[in-house]
Amino acid sequence: MHEPASFDVERRAVLKASLLAGGGLALEALIPLPAKAVGALGRAAPPVELSAFVSVAPDGIVTITSKNPEIGQGVKTSLPMMVADELDCDWSQVRITQADVDQKRYGAQEAGGSTATPNNWLPMRQTGAAARFMLLQAAARKWSLSAAELTTAGGRIFHAASKRSIGYGEVASSAATLTPPDLESVTLKRPEQFTIIGRALVGVDSARIVRGLPIFGIDTRLPGMLYAVYEVAPAHGGRLIKAHVEALQHAPGVKHVVPIIGNGDADGGLADGVAIVATNWWLANQARSTLAVDWDLSAAQGHSTTVYKDRAKAAFAAGEGIELRRDGDPAATLAAAAKRISARYDYPFIAHAPMEPQNCTAHYQQNKLEIWAPSQTPQEGLNALQKALGIAPENVTLHMSRAGGGFGRRLLNDYMVQVAAIARAIPGVPIQLLWSREDDIRRDYFRPGGWHSLEAGLDADGKLVAFSDHFVTFGDGQNPARAAGMNGAMVPAGLVEHLRYSQSMIPTVVTTGWLRAPSSNALCFISQSFLDEVAIAAGTDLPTLMLTLLGERREIAPFAGRGPAFDTGRARDVIEKVMQTADWTRKPLQPARAKGFAFYFSHRGYFAEVVEASISKGEIAVHKVWVVGDVGSQIVNPMGAENQVRGAVIEGLAQALAGQAIEFVDGVVQQSNFHDFPLARMPMTPEIEIAWVKPDKPPTGLGEPALPPVIPALTNAIFAASGTRIRSLPVRLPTT
Amino acid sequence: MYRLSINGVVREVDVPQDMPLLWVLRDELGLVGTKFGCGKGLCGACTVHVNGVAQRSCQLPVGGVGNAKITTIEHVGDTKFGARLQRAWLQIDVMQCGYCQAGQIMSASALLAGNPKPDIEQIHSAMAGNICRCACYNRIQDAIRIAADMQDTDMDKGDSRA
Repeated sequence: MHEPASFDVERRAVLKASLLAGGGLALEALIPLPAKAVGALGRAAPPVELSAFVSVAPDGIVTITSKNPEIGQGVKTSLPMMVADELDCDWSQVRITQADVDQKRYGAQEAGGSTATPNNWLPMRQTGAAARFMLLQAAARKWSLSAAELTTAGGRIFHAASKRSIGYGEVASSAATLTPPDLESVTLKRPEQFTIIGRALVGVDSARIVRGLPIFGIDTRLPGMLYAVYEVAPAHGGRLIKAHVEALQHAPGVKHVVPIIGNGDADGGLADGVAIVATNWWLANQARSTLAVDWDLSAAQGHSTTVYKDRAKAAFAAGEGIELRRDGDPAATLAAAAKRISARYDYPFIAHAPMEPQNCTAHYQQNKLEIWAPSQTPQEGLNALQKALGIAPENVTLHMSRAGGGFGRRLLNDYMVQVAAIARAIPGVPIQLLWSREDDIRRDYFRPGGWHSLEAGLDADGKLVAFSDHFVTFGDGQNPARAAGMNGAMVPAGLVEHLRYSQSMIPTVVTTGWLRAPSSNALCFISQSFLDEVAIAAGTDLPTLMLTLLGERREIAPFAGRGPAFDTGRARDVIEKVMQTADWTRKPLQPARAKGFAFYFSHRGYFAEVVEASISKGEIAVHKVWVVGDVGSQIVNPMGAENQVRGAVIEGLAQALAGQAIEFVDGVVQQSNFHDFPLARMPMTPEIEIAWVKPDKPPTGLGEPALPPVIPALTNAIFAASGTRIRSLPVRLPTT
Repeated sequence: MYRLSINGVVREVDVPQDMPLLWVLRDELGLVGTKFGCGKGLCGACTVHVNGVAQRSCQLPVGGVGNAKITTIEHVGDTKFGARLQRAWLQIDVMQCGYCQAGQIMSASALLAGNPKPDIEQIHSAMAGNICRCACYNRIQDAIRIAADMQDTDMDKGDSRA
C-alpha cells in the first residue's frame, strides 16, 4: 500500500500513553495533517492537526472517541473502523464515545467537503497500529519473548510456538507504562490484511435510532427547560423597528418575550428578531400569530426572482464580465470555427431542508454558556458566538448532537447564535430553540441560482477547439456571495485548447450557502448538458467526446494552484466502466425511452453515471441509474458508502424532477413547506446499480461527488428520449 | 385535563384541546422518539399508531384522541411487526441520518399489520407520505420486504433489544 508521505517535516506527531482509570491503556495521538489537507469550509483555513483517542480496558473493551459531528454520513462508524482494524481487535469489543467540542484537544471537528476520510485515513490507522504495537511489547515482556514472534487477531495476542495466547485487556495496564512508538514508523496492514475496513458494518447509532431513543439535537431535554421560537423579518435583510408584545403576555404557556437587535447581518451573524419562550414549543409557535412587529423591509425591495432574471439578461447584453480564466485564444478560434454551438442555461435557488428542523439548546448561567448543537462546524459556531455576541470560547461548553441531516445547511450556525442570545436574556433557564419548517425553508442559506451563456467551436474535423462560458452569479461585483461564483475548473477546462470563463454578479440580500457538492451540483449540469449538445453537433455521443477530450492518461495540475490535481486516466476508467455496466450502446426498445450519460470530478471523486428515463403523457419516469465511482483504493464501510451514493443520486433527481425552486418577491421567500418545495418520495425511486473502480490511490470522501452527474445524465436522457433539450432547472416539459 | 392511553400506560396531561398529539408526546411527556418534520402532515416523521392505524400526530388534536390506544416508536418493538421491522432495519442498516426512520417504521408496521405480504405498489402507496431526505428509499423498501418474509419466532414476542 503506497501512502502519501507528505507530512510537514517541521511538525511531528505526539503520542501519549497513560494508565486508564481502573486499569488499562489509554493512548492519545496528536497528529499533524498532510499539507494538502482540506477544510470543510472553502473560506476556512485548513485544519493543521487532528487527534485520535483509543483505550483498552482490562476486560478487553476498546473505546474509541469519535470527534467529528455525525450528520448521517456515517463518520461515527467509519473513522473508528480505521482505528480498530489496525489495532486488530474484534469490532464487537469496540465502544464509541462522542467527543465534545475542544479544538485544543481534538483539532478540527467538522463535517463537510467530503474531508473526513482523506484527512483521517492515515492518522486513525497509525493510532490503532501504535496501540497494537504497545500491547505486543507488553505481552513480549510478560512472556520474555521477542515481539516479532507474536501475532494478533481479534483482540488477542498469540505465540504459535508455545500455543499460548492472551487478551489485550490482560496486558493493557503494563502496556500503559511503555514508551509509545514513533507514529510514522509503525507498521500498517496491507489491504488484504484488513478485517474491519471494507466490511459492511451497521452504524453505531442505528440500534438506538430504530427504537426512537433520544439522540438528535431536538431530543435534548433538560430540567426546567423552556421552548423558543424566533420570529424574524418576513423578508431577507429586514430590520426590527418595534415589537408589540403586550398581547403575548397572556398567551397560554408563554413565559418570556425577548426582542433581539442583531448585528444587522443575517448572513452568518444574528438577524433581528423576537423570541417567544413557552412551556411547550407548540404554544410558543401558536403565540406568533398574536405578535405584531414593525419591520423595516426597505433593503429587500427589488430582490425578486423576476428582477434577478432581467438583471441576468442585462449582464449578458452588457459584455463578457470579469475574466476568470483564458487559455489560448478563444475569441479568434470561435470566430474561425467551422461550426459554432451556443446556448443559455439556468438553475434556481434551492433549499437544503434537512428533516430535522434547525434547533439548538442552550443554558446560560454565571457568564458561562452550555450548548447542545447539531452542527456540521461546531468550532465555527464558537467563532460566531464571539463575533455576534462577544461570548468568549473559553466560557462555552459545546456538546455535539447527532444531526438529522446536514447537506451543508449546518455548516452555518445561525441557530446557535440565536439560542445563545435568547438564553443570555433568560439566565438560569435552559432554552431549546426550534424552527418551524416554514422558518427553515424561508431562512435557509440557499444554493444560489445562476445563468450561463455558453459557446463552443468545432473545427472542420468536428473536433472541439474552443469553449466559453459567461456566468451570471450573485455577489457584490468584486466577490461572489457565499457558494456563488466559479473557480475556473469546470469541465472541460484544461481539456480544450482555447477556453474562456468569465462571470458577472448580481447583488443580493438573500442568504446563500453551500449545498452538498457545492458549485459542482450546478456546474456539472451546465458542463455536461452543453457538452452533450456539442457531442451531438459533432456527430458523436457524450462519453465518446469526453474520452477524446481526456486523451492520454496524465495528471492535470489544479487551475491557479487551487484544489486537487485531475487525473485523466481515472476519469477515463470510470467512463469506460459505466459504458459497460449500463451497456451504453444498447438502446432501450420501448418508445420515448433512452439513456443519458454524464461525468464529473468533484471533492476528489471521479463519477460517471447513466440514467435510463422515459416520457409518457408528459410524465418523466426514471427506470434505472448506473453509477461508477472512484474514491481511491478502499471503500471503508460499503454499508454506508452505498447509502451515500444512492442518497446523492436520488437527491439530484429530486432537484431536477420534483419541482424544487425557491423564488423571491421583494426578499420574501415564496415557498414554505414540502407542498411547494417538494422532496423525493419513495415511488420515484429508481433501481440504482453501483460499481467501483479502485486504483492504488488514497481513499477520499463520498458525501458529495456522486450527486452532480445524475442531473445532466437525466436531462441528456430526456433529450435522447424526446428531443427536448432541458436548459433550465427544475425540469419542465413543454405542454403540448 | 386529558387521560391518554399511550404505550399501554394512562398518562394525564393538562393542555389546550387543540394541541397536536405530537407536542403532547414530545414536550409534555418526554417521548421524543416521535419526530417533528413539517407540522402540516406532509412528511410523516411524526407518525404514530392510533388503535393500530398510522396517523400523523402533528395533525391530531389531543382533544380528539379520546380513549384511543396510542402506540409510539418507543413501544412498537413490543408488537410483532414492529419488532420484525426493527430487526430488518438493522440487518441492512437502512438509515443515514436516521431522523425520519421512526415515522418510516411506524408507517411500515401499520402496513404489515393490515397486509402482511404487500407488493411493491402497496409498499409505495403506504410509504409515499413518509419523506426520507437522505433518500434511503431503496433500503426502506428492502427492509419492509425482509420483515414481511420473516417467519414466526420467539423474538416476535417483542424483544428486538438484545
